Amino acid sequence: MANELTIKDLHISVQGNPIIKGLNLSVQQGEIHALMGPNGSGKSTLAKGLMGHPLYEVDSGEVIFDGVDVLELEPNERAKLGLFLAFQYPTAIPGVSLANFLRLAVSAVRGKEANGSEKDGLIPMREFRRELREKMQQLGVDDSFARRYLNDGFSGGELKRAEILQLAMLEPKIAILDETDSGLDIDAVRIVGESVSQLIGPDLGVLIITHYPRLLDYIRPQFVHILLDGRVVESGGWELTQVLEAEGYDPIREKHGIDE
Amino acid sequence: MQKGDFSKEFLQKIAAAEPQWMREKRLEAYEFYESLPMPHTTQDDVWRRTVDMRTQDYWRRTRRYLRSFAVEKYHPSVPNGAVSSKDVDYDEAETAGVLVQVDGQCHHTSDSEILKEKGVYFADLHTALQEQPELLRTYFMNRAVTLETALKSGNIAQHNKFDALHGAFWRGGYLLHVPKGVTVEVPLRVYIRMSEAEQADLSHTLIIAEEGSQVVVLEDNLSTTPDASGFHSGAVEIFAGQNANVTYVQVQRWNRHVWNFASHRAMVDRDAQLCWVTATFGGRLNKINQAVVLEGAGGNAKMLGLAFTDARQHLDISTAQEHVSPHTFSDLLYRTVLKDRAQSAWGGNIYVYPSANHTDAYQKNDNLLLSERAHADTLPGLEIQAHEVRCTHGATAGKIDAEQVFYLMSRGVSYAQAEKLIVDGFFEPVMERIPLESVREELRTSVTRKLE
Ligand SMILES: Nc1ncnc2c1ncn2[C@@H]1O[C@H](COP(=O)(O)OP(=O)(O)O)[C@@H](O)[C@H]1O
Ligand SMILES: [Mg+2]
Repeated sequence: MANELTIKDLHISVQGNPIIKGLNLSVQQGEIHALMGPNGSGKSTLAKGLMGHPLYEVDSGEVIFDGVDVLELEPNERAKLGLFLAFQYPTAIPGVSLANFLRLAVSAVRGKEANGSEKDGLIPMREFRRELREKMQQLGVDDSFARRYLNDGFSGGELKRAEILQLAMLEPKIAILDETDSGLDIDAVRIVGESVSQLIGPDLGVLIITHYPRLLDYIRPQFVHILLDGRVVESGGWELTQVLEAEGYDPIREKHGIDE
Repeated sequence: MQKGDFSKEFLQKIAAAEPQWMREKRLEAYEFYESLPMPHTTQDDVWRRTVDMRTQDYWRRTRRYLRSFAVEKYHPSVPNGAVSSKDVDYDEAETAGVLVQVDGQCHHTSDSEILKEKGVYFADLHTALQEQPELLRTYFMNRAVTLETALKSGNIAQHNKFDALHGAFWRGGYLLHVPKGVTVEVPLRVYIRMSEAEQADLSHTLIIAEEGSQVVVLEDNLSTTPDASGFHSGAVEIFAGQNANVTYVQVQRWNRHVWNFASHRAMVDRDAQLCWVTATFGGRLNKINQAVVLEGAGGNAKMLGLAFTDARQHLDISTAQEHVSPHTFSDLLYRTVLKDRAQSAWGGNIYVYPSANHTDAYQKNDNLLLSERAHADTLPGLEIQAHEVRCTHGATAGKIDAEQVFYLMSRGVSYAQAEKLIVDGFFEPVMERIPLESVREELRTSVTRKLE
């Protein structure tokens, strides 16, 4: 059965400033949604709030997935539930190799039972290595990635590909891609776009956050939402992106009486 | 059994069987020790950061520990006695020689045929005093750790009452002498243990690597009982002769009731290389002076420090990189993780003497605080009196990064796992410079134990 991430009347503040102010949105497994909004409109705040960042305070509202109250959970428990956030600005963790970390993460998310008889509860090293190599090849990621320190000294394109690689390994049910296209040149956007579209299927729901529709050329969303002033003010289909492209956000702002 | 104390009479008894020069040396140190006041944490600059000394109270306890120094136990080789394998764990094929010392007494030595063939001398220091008196007379507390250390090393080490105490009452430790041109391929291992309560360990490490020789020494200091109180006043002296290549690793895992004082000093001769790893996990209070002296042109010293303290442990380390000759190189990297209410103070100095043009000297101290109540002070320093010198120094102290924790947790790992990853990652730059996988493994295990 396809599960749905349901966000109801969500309010999030950062350091006492309300940023998300009554947001409603639902994403089902198998669906592709785009959330578009200008810089500073609260897209990343929503994404981090959904994943449980301690700085992003949920003041009220509901987030339910798979019948579970997501807001009660620690970030790692949200990951185990099947949520994934590809960060707009992935954090560098010097000294921690991508492979070491990812083996822990994959083992945690899949659970002890899935990992077989290993004493440490981790997925067996050989199995993990094989799977990682496969996924890296599939996504056209260089072998050296596995040994490199997590996001440390990565170029913009490498950062985003490392995020997609982790997405591919963790096999979430709902993935939030926070501006996975920003800061990339055309080629890099294509590579990332093609990588993500390889992962799309009936078990994966995607919320693509962007303020610029380039990535959507590769991953065509069925639903498009516009975030302004902390709320989803318009929802529609592909045609919304065309309207935005032609006219920008101003007419929508005017329509909803929102100051810049 | 006659109990010992800190008296001159006791000293004369324990030194009675020793060569006259050693007796005199002990007595000279004793005079120093008697004349020096107990360090004062508010009046003496170098002790300023050594908190919680509660000097007088502490001193009474130390005297009690020294009473465990019965005269009979003072020349204490118990060769090839029983060694508990649970505390001493090594791969025979990967070990050139082993020395095990328990509560100041040497319990076991074995040097392989290889060592004998090569003429390497490796024995506890009391035996060495009988068998190699000339080497000891030349090197023992004469040129590296001396009572006058302060006069040579700027302002870091004033006359140190504990060095004087060590000089007077030293017991245990070892001499390793590697002759000219000899390469010992696999490491030597030394296990120094404290087991009974109220013990004082006053071991002395003396490593002499002659010209063109090569050797690796792995020294492990451990309390075998978690609650036995104890006292360590140690000294390490390393001589890397011309073109020699010395790796010395000291892992310190005294229990949390041990008061630990030590002075370590290495002399690096022309074109010699020293790789010096210090890992500190134990001790209630640690006050360590560690200095490298680049005496000969072209000398090269790497100083790697790794420390992890928790509970109410206090760590106070002063390091010195002394460049005496030109074209010398030193690189120090010290990383400390602090948990609970642990405190650390690190003060490092680079001295480049007028005679040491074309010197490269680097120094970095980083601290990672895992709790709100942990505290780290760090004071890097430079004193440059030469030309064409490249020096950098830096220090950081920061709490565990919430963004890093969030990033890792958002991928499914628990807080504890995220913390461990970050700690391991923090130590990684030190680890990756340690040339021995077995040492890296041991250190990782110790780090993991600290996090449990
Ligand atoms: N960590 C933070 N500290 C302070 N303010 C923040 C933080 N994160 C977001 N904000 C504020 O929240 C608002 C929305 O930011 P953000 O969610 O990053 O927007 P977007 O992702 O849509 O560009 C901005 O005004 C920004 O300054
Ligand atoms: Mg953003």
